[in-house]
Amino acid sequence: MALFESLSERLNHIFSKLTKRGKLTELEIRSAMREVRIALLEADVNLKVAKNFIAEVSEKAVGQQVLQSLNPAQQVIKIVNEELIALMGPGNAKLEVSPKPPTVIMMCGLQGAGKTTMCAKLAVQLKKQGKRPLLVACDIYRPAAIDQLKVVGGKAGAEVFERGTQDPVKTAQEAVAYALKMGYDTVVIDTAGRLHIDDRLMQELENITKAVNVTEILLTVDAMTGQDAVNVAETFNARLNVTGVILTKLDGDTRGGACLSIKAVTGKPIKFIGVGEKIGDLEPFYPDRMASRILGMGDVLSLIEKAQEAVTEQQAKEMERKMRENSFTLTDYLTQFETLKKMGGAGALMSMLPGMGKLKLKEGDFDEKRVERIRAIILSMTPKERDNPQIINASRKRRIALGSGTTVQDINQLLKQFEQSKLLMKQMKSGKRRLF
Amino acid sequence: MSFFGKIRDALKKTKANVSTKLRQLFLKNKIGDAFYEELEEILISSDVSVKTADEVVGAVKEEAIESKLKDEQFVTDLLKDILEDTLNEAPMPEIKYPCVIMLVGVNGVGKTTTVGKVASWFLQKKKSVTVAAADTFRAAAIDQLSVWADRAKVRLVKHEEGSDPSAVVYDAVSSAKARGTDVLLIDTAGRLHVKENLMNELGKMDRVVKREYPEAHFYKFLVLDATTGQNAYSQARLFRQAVSLDGIVLTKLDGTAKGGFVFSLCGELKIPVVFVGVGEKIDDLEEFDAEQFVEGFF
Repeated sequence: MALFESLSERLNHIFSKLTKRGKLTELEIRSAMREVRIALLEADVNLKVAKNFIAEVSEKAVGQQVLQSLNPAQQVIKIVNEELIALMGPGNAKLEVSPKPPTVIMMCGLQGAGKTTMCAKLAVQLKKQGKRPLLVACDIYRPAAIDQLKVVGGKAGAEVFERGTQDPVKTAQEAVAYALKMGYDTVVIDTAGRLHIDDRLMQELENITKAVNVTEILLTVDAMTGQDAVNVAETFNARLNVTGVILTKLDGDTRGGACLSIKAVTGKPIKFIGVGEKIGDLEPFYPDRMASRILGMGDVLSLIEKAQEAVTEQQAKEMERKMRENSFTLTDYLTQFETLKKMGGAGALMSMLPGMGKLKLKEGDFDEKRVERIRAIILSMTPKERDNPQIINASRKRRIALGSGTTVQDINQLLKQFEQSKLLMKQMKSGKRRLF
Repeated sequence: MSFFGKIRDALKKTKANVSTKLRQLFLKNKIGDAFYEELEEILISSDVSVKTADEVVGAVKEEAIESKLKDEQFVTDLLKDILEDTLNEAPMPEIKYPCVIMLVGVNGVGKTTTVGKVASWFLQKKKSVTVAAADTFRAAAIDQLSVWADRAKVRLVKHEEGSDPSAVVYDAVSSAKARGTDVLLIDTAGRLHVKENLMNELGKMDRVVKREYPEAHFYKFLVLDATTGQNAYSQARLFRQAVSLDGIVLTKLDGTAKGGFVFSLCGELKIPVVFVGVGEKIDDLEEFDAEQFVEGFF
């Protein structure tokens, strides 16, 4: 989740220099922009794209608007931010739905971009929206690619349609017919990774789009791609007229400049980003949030959205009331842990908060087994004990330990943690500490 | 096709590109600051890091000014020399037998394919080869390696999907020792270099080989996708931290990407490029040659 961290650090560094200098001269802005340029290039933004970006931002920054304002640094940040958003926008593009089912989504991209994994992630996403997806194995070249799709499809709970190494065009046609017959409303076609300069294989993709009525052609690109991202995106787009882009492997420490480049040369929306190896690790793309991430503002918005998905509004209100009245019980404590688990663990959350990017949380810090143990302990308590933990004496502790398969020490530890959490909430309520 | 022919072919697209750009440069520029700036940009467009491009062009400029030479051929040759020197800063490892070669890298760079190609390469050198399917994580990775092992006609040691990769390594080492195999190739699961627990898992496999097979020469190669940008540096740095690296295999060089990041890896991290992958067929793997690589660039 260290997305764009280095670029944002870099820009932060530059802008902290600007802040210290107060009012800016034209020359100072130019020298700042030179650093922005280096930062962008180091982030793998394509050279031409970076140059255009600098030209536009400089034009807006150099001049009266900035020079006469009270806080020039703020203005520059605002302009850089706006330009980044403009370059990567428009926001939150949804998957198109065909008026005449089934909706056909074709994946395409270079080898190793993550198409097969992404198919399963899309299936999970589509199912969440109440759709019935069918996955189609059209990668007949890479050894065991069909098996891989079957395994990940199985994990996603989606049926996988395959015809072995039969011509992918024919397989795609048969799959659509099968989907119609079986009532699948969305067909996701996995295709073989190919070089954009491989004419024969590019032709194969064109043939698929001619043979079946394709609604979405999604170009899947590794977020770690360098300068070549522009060539890849340009060629795929020119030949297939792609409808959207998916960026994968954004859970690494890549600065993801490819994202800006691809958007700039294709003009096609970035529809999703892949952020992990788990089947649910797929997020929508928000250029404004990405830009604020670039500028080191953290992705507070994304965090809030994730929290909303995991906690219903009613639950949130209830929790707030309990915090207010200080009637927070062990049952609520358990709910909190489970919510955190749903939201992808504490590590994922922390990394989205401003200034927390550097704070490296080990994956082990949020231990799912620990949550299970806490769950077992709390469920071994009587309702009365859960509401009034103070009544839990030594004999009750022994009983709970036996019931949950833990030790009295575990119970003590949990009760202590619970008390600390209550204390923390009291502090947050009184405004001594703020989460965000 | 010969090695040189192939690598030259693979880089031809690159070559066409760079030399056209260079020629344009020489036509319109008297050698001045703008010229050097553009020279730098050509390198940057090939994924050479800003820092390296800066240093290399700086050195070329210094030399050119000192020699008072403004001939285009001279500057090109100078640039080539410096780039080549950079690549040669990391000496090639000498492969001794019996050996264990473990391939590591992030997801989707082509590790499994490379294992197949490297196996075939050693077979051609009349060495006996065993491959270990230690990518027990990715769906169907074992099946994929099985196909490559069949193609290369080498023995495969595998466990079930989801089993402990270190256990696979242990078994493969025992088997290689018992049979006196010249080369044991270990395929590992793709992992992002920032995932600490996965890097620790790699460290464990590393320790198993060292402990169980101390008499073998142990090499660890990082597989890098030529399409990658500056992140390659971070990958190399963190993988080296986890298991120490003896070389790089640069894959997918048959595309339009240039893999210019290797200059920083050889120059700064002193990790040599050992092999390059130039296609999807089993013999599309060649030994790296700095001169040819640089030659292909221009």
